[in-house]
Amino acid sequence: MKDWRFWFAEQRGTLLAIAIFVVMFAVYIINHPAIANSGFNVATLSNVGQTAANKGVLLAFVAMAQSLVVITAGIDLSVGMTFTLTNCLASWIVVGDPWMTGLGVIGVLATGALCGAINGAIVIFGRLQPIVTTIATGAIYFGVALILRPFPGGSVNNDLADLLTGKVFDVFPASLVVLAVVVLVVWIPFSRSITGRAAYAVGSSEVAAYMSGVPVRRAKFVAYTLAGVLASIGGLFLTFFTYTGEAALASGNTYTLFSIAAVVLGGVSLFGGRGSAIGAIFGALAFRTIGDLLFVFNLDPLWQPLFQGVVLMIAVSLGAFGLFRVRNRLEWFG
Amino acid sequence: MTETAQPTSGWASRLPPFMRRIDPAVATSFGCIVLLLLVGSLYSRNFLSPEYLLQQLKVASFLGIIATGMMMVILLGQIDLSVPWVVTTGAMMASFASSFGTWGVILGIPFGILCGVLLGLLNGVGVAYLRIPSMIITLATNAVAQGLMVVYSGGFSPQDSASRPMRYLATGFIIPALPNAVIVWAIIGALAVFLLTRTTFGRSIYGIGNRERAAYLSGINTRRIVMTTFAISGGLAAIGGILLAGYASKAAQSMGDAYLLPSIAAVVLGGTSILGGRGTYLGTVAGVILITLLQSILSVMQMPEAGRQIVYGVVIVGMMLLYGRERRVRQ
Repeated sequence: MKDWRFWFAEQRGTLLAIAIFVVMFAVYIINHPAIANSGFNVATLSNVGQTAANKGVLLAFVAMAQSLVVITAGIDLSVGMTFTLTNCLASWIVVGDPWMTGLGVIGVLATGALCGAINGAIVIFGRLQPIVTTIATGAIYFGVALILRPFPGGSVNNDLADLLTGKVFDVFPASLVVLAVVVLVVWIPFSRSITGRAAYAVGSSEVAAYMSGVPVRRAKFVAYTLAGVLASIGGLFLTFFTYTGEAALASGNTYTLFSIAAVVLGGVSLFGGRGSAIGAIFGALAFRTIGDLLFVFNLDPLWQPLFQGVVLMIAVSLGAFGLFRVRNRLEWFG
Repeated sequence: MTETAQPTSGWASRLPPFMRRIDPAVATSFGCIVLLLLVGSLYSRNFLSPEYLLQQLKVASFLGIIATGMMMVILLGQIDLSVPWVVTTGAMMASFASSFGTWGVILGIPFGILCGVLLGLLNGVGVAYLRIPSMIITLATNAVAQGLMVVYSGGFSPQDSASRPMRYLATGFIIPALPNAVIVWAIIGALAVFLLTRTTFGRSIYGIGNRERAAYLSGINTRRIVMTTFAISGGLAAIGGILLAGYASKAAQSMGDAYLLPSIAAVVLGGTSILGGRGTYLGTVAGVILITLLQSILSVMQMPEAGRQIVYGVVIVGMMLLYGRERRVRQ
């Protein structure tokens, strides 16, 4: 096989996610009332794009966080709570003059890293199952969020918030730029480093990775910690959009569940070792677009959860077509 | 190299034989229950009163019934994340059926359970036949159930108050002083123990949880068993929802949300391995009571919600570190 075929086989999930997103978003754009009214022009497109991007990046960051952990064959059910916690924290400390704001942002990111590191440490050194560990730490993080914000409120540096949720050169959504920067600064170096490859190796087979002298612990620890950081970036952005912090249990749980859905749509295998954070991002954007499709078709918003559920159900069932390729029934059992 | 999942090999051999058979996880959970009761009784005399304990048992029975289904699914090595909205669907559909006269009231409860079983079947078909990871398909089912219930309760004003049989089942007394909900849990628990330990079906669940491939090669129809187990889990979640609606005398949209994580936690605290294949129902009972008591004591101590969440998380991690650790990756 030639090189590009290997590359294609490796990236198939990611490419599929991009394709799903492009199709969904095209349908969304074409049917959007603002565009139907004023035709295709840059101003309308960028407005529609900005709204869509601002909704999408929140889930994209959380899904990216989830994908890092899922690649190591773990799962982070506390990711939504880290997101909520950092949202509450940001509504306290990302205020004041630029220096204070800067320190506040660093503080929020450090808190996210700490949350992730705690998960990682318990999973690695405590040798507990990730699913149980993160259910428990999620409760702890939510408790801390409640201490920070018993009632919704707080504020955030408005200039920074408007800058990061506005448009670059009046055209391009700034939140997408931040997302791209995060991919460049966090994901690309990680996936190309020894640690990142070790994360994939651990996800494929932890025993084999250990036997081959791969730094198993470091890979897992970095993956969990980075997941915390990415979730906290999501939390920061939530604060920028809403200008407040709120410790909402339902929202945290929803983001956790949606992040798993986005990761799967994005072609990341829940069994570990396959997929990429880029795929997860497009999975998240596609998932958000599905939710918004009903809006452009002018259907009752009451039907939105059902529609989203059915589309999710169909999307995950499509994976079952792989069963037709199975030559030996034992392959069913992975 | 020598460390194992259950550090029993050293000292356990010195114990008398009947004690050697006790699962350390179950023993630890029961120990913690006693400890919690002692701490509680220092705080208030009422903690050891029969009324309080029965009340706790009644509250625990809702979680207990839901956790029974969750345990069977976890024994398979799968997980059921669709619990929140299956609970709500069961409650809402049972209340809905009750609005159609006498027959509706009579058939309301079976109808609610049927809806739960159908949702469970959807999970089961996805996991067993389409080979979708349970974490995903149950999530999708949860979303579909949520969507259906939102459409149902928003489209036309639903009958949401619980019928009289539902209320009787949750709060009535067939046997004086013993709430019916506890009796329902006891019956379901007894059936679950019978199913898990005395039938081929139950042994197959353990077998599949240990290694599905091996179970398949031994001639077990693993797909049918996985599907059935998910259906049972859905039905039990619906029963839990119906009782819960009877207890609160109405079905509400978010009533199931508070039961997903505690049901997983109860099963796992009771010593059932989240990887499947290992665990006893007695442990699950201990886990359920432990979690209910913990929640109750924290609320009696008037600890704010934030503190409760933190203590809850710390207790789960702490207890799991005591006995839920995995083997080191060395072989």
